[in-house]
Amino acid sequence: MPQTRPDPGVLDAWQDPDARPFLEIRKVTKIFGDRTYAVDDVSLEVFQGEFFSLLGASGCGKSTLLRMLAGLERSTQGQILIEGQDITRMPPYERPVNMMFQSYALFPHMTVEQNVAFGLKQERLSAQAIRTRVGEMLELVHMSEHARRRPEQLSGGQRQRVALARSLAKQPKLLLLDEPLAALDRKLRERTQFELVNIQERVGTTFIMVTHDQEEAMTMSSRLAVMDAGRIMQIGTPSEIYEYPGNRFVAEFIGAVNLFEGRIVGSDGDRVIIQTDAAAGDIVLYHAHPLAIGTPVAVALRPEKLRILDGPPGDDRNWVRGKVREIGYLGDVSVYHVGTEQGMTIQVQVTNRARRTAGPLTWDDTVHLGWDSEAGVVLPA
Amino acid sequence: MKAGREAAAQIGASSIKLRFDRGVKSLTQGRLGRLLVIALPYSWLLLFLLLPILIVLKISLGETALASPPYAPMLQWAEDRTLSIQVHFGNYAFLWQDPLYVSAYLNSLKVAAVSTVLCLLIGYPMAYGIARAPAGWRIVLLMLVILPFWTSFLIRVYAWIGLLQGNGLVNHLLLSMGLIDQPLALLHTNFAVYLGIVYSYLPFMVLPLYATLVRMDLTLLEAAADLGCHPWKAFVTVTLPLSMPGIIAGSLLVFIPAVGEFVIPDLLGGPDSLMIGKVLWTEFFSNRDWPVAAAVAVAMLLLILVPLLLFQRIGERETTRDQG
Repeated sequence: MPQTRPDPGVLDAWQDPDARPFLEIRKVTKIFGDRTYAVDDVSLEVFQGEFFSLLGASGCGKSTLLRMLAGLERSTQGQILIEGQDITRMPPYERPVNMMFQSYALFPHMTVEQNVAFGLKQERLSAQAIRTRVGEMLELVHMSEHARRRPEQLSGGQRQRVALARSLAKQPKLLLLDEPLAALDRKLRERTQFELVNIQERVGTTFIMVTHDQEEAMTMSSRLAVMDAGRIMQIGTPSEIYEYPGNRFVAEFIGAVNLFEGRIVGSDGDRVIIQTDAAAGDIVLYHAHPLAIGTPVAVALRPEKLRILDGPPGDDRNWVRGKVREIGYLGDVSVYHVGTEQGMTIQVQVTNRARRTAGPLTWDDTVHLGWDSEAGVVLPA
Repeated sequence: MKAGREAAAQIGASSIKLRFDRGVKSLTQGRLGRLLVIALPYSWLLLFLLLPILIVLKISLGETALASPPYAPMLQWAEDRTLSIQVHFGNYAFLWQDPLYVSAYLNSLKVAAVSTVLCLLIGYPMAYGIARAPAGWRIVLLMLVILPFWTSFLIRVYAWIGLLQGNGLVNHLLLSMGLIDQPLALLHTNFAVYLGIVYSYLPFMVLPLYATLVRMDLTLLEAAADLGCHPWKAFVTVTLPLSMPGIIAGSLLVFIPAVGEFVIPDLLGGPDSLMIGKVLWTEFFSNRDWPVAAAVAVAMLLLILVPLLLFQRIGERETTRDQG
């Protein structure tokens, strides 16, 4: 078992055009019954040593995709390759892949030790080798002193550790995690997030995790794919997904966002000018690619990217006026809901720098909000 | 004055109500209520199980006599006004000495054990199939298993006579298909006894097995497959151990009544299929030897009960050791 930290280079493998992907999912479709597309034409590449997350609401097909990787579901169409080898039709018990189940699926009639040894026993290893390996795994998840217990005598967090140890015991090339932290309470979940990432770095195995919790996906993964209705909406690093959402769905799914609808009326260098009924003046934003005049677009602005202005800006661009409707005090930040003159409700987030003032604003204050031309993202409407 | 009297009446009424409430409460929540709830089933068991067993035990310790009932009383006033108790162990010694009884016991155990294994071998795939069938089908399939109970047990055993006898349906079919030249002797054989017992007791095996199999978490099998375990091996290492409670319950439900079975060997069995239930019947009704019949019954009870209790003890000790 490699105990060294992986080369930082591998974590950026997806940026290297020559890198060979470790896992390739090619145009995979899964149809349940007649015409329920659980997974719809999904293609995906994951590289060695990555912590990759599939993020989406329940029923978006992320678990079905994971189960197809494990071999527990057959894909209707498409191919799945690991290190270039086609495993699409390989039965689960022959795949070099292990899975950590959401319910943990620990064998209730076996002790912790026997559960961890189960996979190793299928490989005809010597009793001594199995014992050593089980000891190592229990050490890794800090469960050595509970080796003789049965699953029903363990707490939720302990069961989660045993499940992880069991799925890692066979040194799989790829570990699949189905909502691994969903059954834990909040405090334990936060602690386990970091522990899981730590373990992943130590063993160097490629992890693919399914989760509905965007915070979890953002904290833990090197890259993630946002899924909706069986399709992948966007693939990227957490910051790419957050800062440069590729479409409205991703923008709205990850974090809070204010959306302004409008259309392109011109350009100003590498910036586009957008005419909109939702803001006071035009919106001007950086956009890498030129857009044709008249294209309908949506502008996404995160609440923390808005600023409170003293008055209308001189150039009459990138601003809006409204009244404070709601104030949410969250400790570190305050969130204001501002009803604009154009009839929209906009969220603004302000960091609480000083202790006593919960922000300079109160209900029904008139407020001017503005943003920089780098703050927002132009999305197809 | 009047108001005072009304108030007093009210207080009286409310105190009665209070007492009534308290009574109801003590009945439903208090010690009295709890006692009542526990006492009912216990007195039922005492009256209809323990007492009859004690009576049988008493008879088994008596001596045959030409009387009604046909045994000598246990307690007797002697002429000198002393109360004498006569306890007669001869019946038990007789059971042990006469090879007829020993071989009947052994044969019963053998027939019951073989039938239990056969029921398990046939019943397990049935229960497994029903438990893994689509949810809508399960209830229909279960109904089919239970359906024979709608006809009397006795009639169903008689029906087998019609099927198995020399000119019965089975022989007729085999003859007409040209598989045999002359009728097979099916009825009054050990084969017929096994057939009858397995047929009659199969539902008692299927139902508890179904109950444990349908409750099983199927993700466990997925986990086993994921860890590299072939489906056949997963059945042996996961499904089978987890269905053990159903196997034990089903086997006991078949084995215990099969040991004492009387009707099936009497109707379907031949002269060599001697089972203890039939011996008991003969002692009681043909020989009118109540004490020996009672001794046979008590011995049978011990034969089944003692291993069963030991078995349970071991099981309990294992679970407490696990938790320790």
